[in-house]
Amino acid sequence: MIKTFLFLERKAFFRSASFKLNLALKIIFGIIAAFYTVMVLALGVSVFYILKEKKLEPLSAVNTYLIYWWVMDLVSRYFLQKSPIMYVKPFLTLPIRKRKIVSFFLGKTAISFFNIYPAFFFLPFSIVMIVNGYPVMQVLSWHVAIMALVFADNYLNLLMDNLDRLFVGVFIVLVSFAALQYYGLLDITIYSTPVFQAFYNYPLVGFGMLIIPVLLYRYCFAYFKNNLRTDETVQPKVKEAQIENFTWLEKFGTLSTFLKNDIKLIIRNKRSKSTVLISVLFLFYGILILTNKAYQSETWKLFAGLFVTGGFLFTFGGLVPSWDSAYYPLMMSQNIRYKEYLASKWWLIVIATLISTILASFYIIMGWKVYLAIIAGGIYNIGVNAHLVLLGGAYVKTPIDLASGKKILGDKKAFNAKTLLLTLPKLVLPLLIFYIFYHVWNVTAGYLSVAVLGILGLAFRNKMFSIIENIYKKEKYSTLAAYRQKN
Amino acid sequence: MISIENLQKIYNQVTVLHIPHLEIPTGQSFGLVGNNGAGKTTLFSLVLDLIAPSSGSVSSNGIIVSESEDWKKFTGAFIDESFLIGYLTPEEYFYFIGELRGLNKSDVNEFLQQFTELFNDEILNKRKYIRDLSKGNQKKVGIVGALIGGPQVIILDEPFANLDPTTQYRLKDIIRQFAAEKNTTFLISSHDLSHTTEVCSRIVVLNKGEITKDIQTNAETLKELETFFSKGVFGEV
Repeated sequence: MIKTFLFLERKAFFRSASFKLNLALKIIFGIIAAFYTVMVLALGVSVFYILKEKKLEPLSAVNTYLIYWWVMDLVSRYFLQKSPIMYVKPFLTLPIRKRKIVSFFLGKTAISFFNIYPAFFFLPFSIVMIVNGYPVMQVLSWHVAIMALVFADNYLNLLMDNLDRLFVGVFIVLVSFAALQYYGLLDITIYSTPVFQAFYNYPLVGFGMLIIPVLLYRYCFAYFKNNLRTDETVQPKVKEAQIENFTWLEKFGTLSTFLKNDIKLIIRNKRSKSTVLISVLFLFYGILILTNKAYQSETWKLFAGLFVTGGFLFTFGGLVPSWDSAYYPLMMSQNIRYKEYLASKWWLIVIATLISTILASFYIIMGWKVYLAIIAGGIYNIGVNAHLVLLGGAYVKTPIDLASGKKILGDKKAFNAKTLLLTLPKLVLPLLIFYIFYHVWNVTAGYLSVAVLGILGLAFRNKMFSIIENIYKKEKYSTLAAYRQKN
Repeated sequence: MISIENLQKIYNQVTVLHIPHLEIPTGQSFGLVGNNGAGKTTLFSLVLDLIAPSSGSVSSNGIIVSESEDWKKFTGAFIDESFLIGYLTPEEYFYFIGELRGLNKSDVNEFLQQFTELFNDEILNKRKYIRDLSKGNQKKVGIVGALIGGPQVIILDEPFANLDPTTQYRLKDIIRQFAAEKNTTFLISSHDLSHTTEVCSRIVVLNKGEITKDIQTNAETLKELETFFSKGVFGEV
């Protein structure tokens, strides 16, 4: 049975429309993973001696910081670790026991980079401890407890992915603790260190930790087994449609037709709604950067400016035109010119960026330089990045399932590794330009250069549009084919 | 007028459609019948430029569809549910298409009045999104959407499938009426021989990507087609 599932997994991977991009990404991620593995391995071997050198007791020093690692692990999993996409629907009516489907799916998640990389640090670290005369039994129990936490993260993340309530709960707890810690009101490590130390001091506690991933696994198992249906029991009742007219949009002429639809798209679909909510969080991201002593350089201010004003652009814009994937054939055969279609998306992004820039005015309390950075970032986002995002969109060929009900065991990440990767060139270029002008001239020149770049982008809008239009036209057939590949 | 020249579609060295020459004059109701995999949807997708021809071309009113977008102005189509926007209500969907075709709300409302019977009070003012409608009602919405704005060319893939018998009759009336009053060119594909012969003035049989029959509909057509399909002539081709 498992062999059959594995066979299907392999076929799904090699035959998917985004295979080429997938493979390139896999190679990039492979290189990054290999790099980190070596780094982590080296750290695992040497950290014991480094800490000793600094006259610290290695184990308790590591235990102090373990809580940060554990939280970071959970957070990065949420954003990067994808739920394995298994198309369960066709299996449901086949003579396969549900427990088999679920246990394969849950087992598959265990074989993940996120579960393996901790071993590269903790295994050498534990071995070095034993070599240095720490009692074997106690080191072993500590090690087992840490691994138990890793797998606990794995299943916790899976549940968070599907249970919004749990996600919100964990999110609130983490953010409030992070805030308390950040503003020095509470030092969480005072409470966490003894817990980690206990894994070592009392082997029974350490080995007992194994119960946590086992319980989480069983909870996951029960949850997915019970929700492995396509009927309405897992879906909220059909909501009555809300009718809005958006007459205020009429002044945009032909564009209003599309803008109205896009706003409805955002409001009425869970996937797009959560994406836009995340983009609002970007607004406050600047506070984190700008209040941090480590990020006081001018370049970081611009980085904040780009990020704060570009939330919508990066998250929602990065997935244009996939938002329309469900009815792309309609868009391609209706009385719509490509130019108008693209222009409407461009306006949507620009309007949202303008609003973000205006909302971000409160940053002026942090000084005029910060405000300049925000304005420069906003202009660059509108002038250059709005085009780049559309350009990148021509190659993003992942259909988006807007319907919320189908998300179980599926990919619903609003912010995945692919969009993250596409974000980089949009951020690095302006920072580079700024850096050059800032160092050759001064800060104002730096911000000015970025703003001028943005204005230039606007000036060449028509040129950029016809380039983008041509690329979209060239990609049209393959995009249509890729969007047809829904699950 | 739609004219097809040397049209070929090849997937992985397999020719799925090959039409050396085909002309559909303006105002004709053109029926396309054939078994599964005969190439009906492929042909329609080519006419709508949703897939690229391997060779040859389709021109609609003299416009080569893969080269210019101008054909979109006078063409309406409903192929499958990917022509519907699930998160809109039927009204909003009709207004959206209406706006694209230069009709305002009251124009659209007026236009929709003739479909009261077809809708059977299940579509309009129900405060439901299209995604929450049944498959049959979704189909009604899609077909009516394709008719909005009186396009000269209307392409419907399997319009009768999934519809209840009453609606099938009403739909046939609507197609006949549009063809007669507005001189609309209809391209309709179907598995259902009797429906197709009833509404279409010409029937083309497609088999394994090639045209095997091209007949003007008359009293004998249905019988002719039934014998043709039942005798397994296709197996030998």
